[in-house]
Amino acid sequence: MERNLALVAMFAALIAALGLIPKLTLGFGVPITAQTMGVMLCGTVLGARRGALAVLLFLALVALGLPLLAGGRGGLGVFATPSVGFLVGWPVAAFVTGLIVQNWRGNLAVVSAVASVLGGIVVLYGFGVVGMAFMLDKTLAEAALLVTAFIPGDVLKAVLAGGITSGLAKARPNSILSRG
Amino acid sequence: MISLTSPVRIWAHDMRAGVKLGLLSLATVALFASESPLVLGGAALGVGALYLTGGARFARAGLDGLRMLWPFLVVIALWHGVTGQIEAGVAVTMRLLTAVALANFVTMTTQLSDMIAVMSWLLTPLRRLGLSTRALELSVALVVRFAPVLAQKGGRLTESWRARSPRRAGWKIVTPLAALAIDDAEYVAEALRARGGME
Repeated sequence: MERNLALVAMFAALIAALGLIPKLTLGFGVPITAQTMGVMLCGTVLGARRGALAVLLFLALVALGLPLLAGGRGGLGVFATPSVGFLVGWPVAAFVTGLIVQNWRGNLAVVSAVASVLGGIVVLYGFGVVGMAFMLDKTLAEAALLVTAFIPGDVLKAVLAGGITSGLAKARPNSILSRG
Repeated sequence: MISLTSPVRIWAHDMRAGVKLGLLSLATVALFASESPLVLGGAALGVGALYLTGGARFARAGLDGLRMLWPFLVVIALWHGVTGQIEAGVAVTMRLLTAVALANFVTMTTQLSDMIAVMSWLLTPLRRLGLSTRALELSVALVVRFAPVLAQKGGRLTESWRARSPRRAGWKIVTPLAALAIDDAEYVAEALRARGGME
């Protein structure tokens, strides 16, 4: 119980810390932050339930008014921006990612990367597009068009999340709760 | 850890946090129910006036809080400029600015401790059902404490990378950072157990 609680809290803090890593900028000028990768890692390392809890905890602190999102953003205002769908989708993305890693016993790096694509991109963008369509008064197809520029960056992050998860499995074998 | 509460104290700081959050929810629902650029423009002016009641410094801080919206505003301007649906574009822009500004206003005028008190109150039904919300309260405190600690450790990893390589560290420090987070979690868990655990 204490271990689960500490790991959930620590991964919520890890998502926050990843927001402070300097932004990478893709070739065509789309900035990406490492925070979505943190969400993916919550799923691949902690598993479905604990991973989703860690992300929920992180979002709760953002809503309470802590500037934990990349660029020092936070507070209730971020839940009124067009990106709200992505924030709402984060816990679900971590859950789906974790669920896949728990149930598909293949090579951890490959499984984690594929799970991160399915959870952190397919599922997450589903939520994100609906949120954006609602907030900007666009159709779903129009909203989807607006976010496609971010997909290459997120695919890269999913691949990195796979590599990082397998690296962690070697460095801290007991900590991969999704395979525990 | 720095919170987003404004250091400039204004009248709204003295309002009950629950009341502010309730009003914010009602106002946000109302904003999304309206399609008229006139009504939404009026709401935007009203929120601007609300910020100005806190003085110029407070209002400027509020304006800073809206900066994160600029990419969306550019997209809206381009989109509605090209399609010629100017009226709809103005409505969307006003609604967006007003909704975000209002939510920021509540965050700026409410202490973190008051927000936590409201969250705790919202969870009362869970406690009535016999579920303990202590774990949640404890984990909130842990994140508040450890987010800056981990950020600092990440900073140190970046520095040691830079001391050894001409290239930027980037994602390569994430694995050691996550490993450090896991180690910290194990120590914290042990410390919690040593102090009687979650019973």
